[in-house]
Amino acid sequence: MRCSLRLLVPVIILAAPAVALAQSQPQPRFNVGTPLSQQEIKSFDSMIGPEGTELPPGHGSPKEGAAIFAKRCQVCHGQNGEGGAVRRLVLGSPGNPYRGTFKESEKTALSFYPYATIVWDYINRAMPASNPGSLTSDEVYAVVAFLFYRNGIIKENDVLDEKTLPKVDMPNRHGFVPDIPVYPPEPKPSWW
Amino acid sequence: MESNDSGRRRFLKQAAALAGVAAGAGATAEWAARGQSAGPSAKSELQQNDAHIHGDQRRGVRRNINHITYFTPLQDYEGIITPASLHFVQLHTSYFPVIDAQQHRLTIHGMVDRALSFSMDDLKRLPAVSRIHFVECQANGAPMGHENGNENMGLPVQYVWGMTSCSEWSGVPLSVLLNEAGVQAGASWVISEGAEAGRWSHTIPLAKAMDDVIVAYGQNGEPLRPEQGYPLRLLVPGWEGLNNVKYLRHIKVVDHHLDPTGVNHAAIMRADLGGKYRWYHFQWGPKSVITRPSGGLKIAGRGYVQITGLAWSGGGAVSKVDVSTDGGRSWKEAKLQAPVLPKAHTRFTFDWAWDGQEAVIQSRCTDDQGEVQPSVADLYKDWGIAGEEGKKAVRTTHFNAMQPWKVATDGSVSNAMFS
Repeated sequence: MRCSLRLLVPVIILAAPAVALAQSQPQPRFNVGTPLSQQEIKSFDSMIGPEGTELPPGHGSPKEGAAIFAKRCQVCHGQNGEGGAVRRLVLGSPGNPYRGTFKESEKTALSFYPYATIVWDYINRAMPASNPGSLTSDEVYAVVAFLFYRNGIIKENDVLDEKTLPKVDMPNRHGFVPDIPVYPPEPKPSWW
Repeated sequence: MESNDSGRRRFLKQAAALAGVAAGAGATAEWAARGQSAGPSAKSELQQNDAHIHGDQRRGVRRNINHITYFTPLQDYEGIITPASLHFVQLHTSYFPVIDAQQHRLTIHGMVDRALSFSMDDLKRLPAVSRIHFVECQANGAPMGHENGNENMGLPVQYVWGMTSCSEWSGVPLSVLLNEAGVQAGASWVISEGAEAGRWSHTIPLAKAMDDVIVAYGQNGEPLRPEQGYPLRLLVPGWEGLNNVKYLRHIKVVDHHLDPTGVNHAAIMRADLGGKYRWYHFQWGPKSVITRPSGGLKIAGRGYVQITGLAWSGGGAVSKVDVSTDGGRSWKEAKLQAPVLPKAHTRFTFDWAWDGQEAVIQSRCTDDQGEVQPSVADLYKDWGIAGEEGKKAVRTTHFNAMQPWKVATDGSVSNAMFS
């Protein structure tokens, strides 16, 4: 209850100036720039929102992901994502998701992330670091499934696709204050 | 592409040879290369030793598997403008992208009436602004960098606070571009994405986007350098560095935040919030640091010492800097050197007669919003870091505590943040 109150009030405050910006200050336009078609936008827009409506079709299982991970990811992230040249991707264990506060050094674990969609988007855009964007959608679903399984977030036989992935219950969903980001932050110095 | 590129390199070599006679560091070659587009085939060679990208050697570098970091040698320069070749760099991939400006496009889509694509020529047709602002990495000066035993502990201010720099940035206000596209009612966040390998992405509130954000193509009178986002970057005055998306390619107007690359870097654990994480700390608080004398330097002898340093705030202009030479027991006002600009580095000086005794010197910034730079003890108190933890260099970013430097009787200066 306390959480939802914190959340609602700033959202309302935020919506009001946005409307005002769009409608009450007509600025002259310069008519510079070329219109973009929906098809063009679709060709480059890979940003996935928390609801996951932008996710491309595809699917993957932890087992499929294990093989891809060993080949493409393990060299930096260590066996089963336990950490290597870079920090760990795993906290908790199969069947036992980590629930608690995260140290700074544990923020790289996938259990830290509040939305499953962020993990998909990040791996899709930025991994593997040696050749970002080289994984197919199916491979991204599979690697996410494998790492969620190792973090105890999904079961070994679960399959992730564009419908199931946004519904994954992330253990740290409420580990952020406020529950979703709001601006301005709160009635404290804005640099807090 | 191939022949253009080898022509460019030949030109660079000739220019570098000429510059070598006069200045040594290939500065003329760097200038000559501005605005030249290097094709993708140039990548491997450009990544090696190109002075144009890697700048002045005094800009110390740290590399690891997924990062390139350069630190500005704050102890070495005067005034407030950081030369582009000494501007800090924090890149979240292992090489700098090579982008053909002729082919580069900036798109704006999402909750807008007209989704648009802008070429660099389009952007330069629009009304331009040039403003002096600092850019600072959110991890700059983070307590871990001060920790005893840390390799940076005895080094100059460069490796502790050198991830802040200040430039004159030129470009189009983002509000002009958003107005061209027509922001729809209900929109509240603006996501931007870069064209580098990892496609760095970050989200800013629409209110900030419409306020003072610049889509910048120039720095200190020249086109952006490759390590600063050539040909285009976002410049978000006064806010944490990771907002300033380089190699800017896509902007999407939405009604929710979205941060695939930012959440891990931006979120900070707050003991005062029950160990939960704050999503973002948008704006920098008042900050200052004495850059001379500072850690690793040595005062020549007793007598007159001009203390100098930089102060800045994400909230506005610096209104006052106080300096203490007795460990914070007493304070005197420093002189501010013009210009004093909002959300920009401000140079301060303080005349000190050193008596040859051990001393702890530090500076304290007050900004025009009335906010005062805290001590590390006060900052830890606000953040709920207490007890034994409070005596340690707890890893935290968005750190704006005062920096004490200890002067020993032989004039040598060391970091006294946690000792």
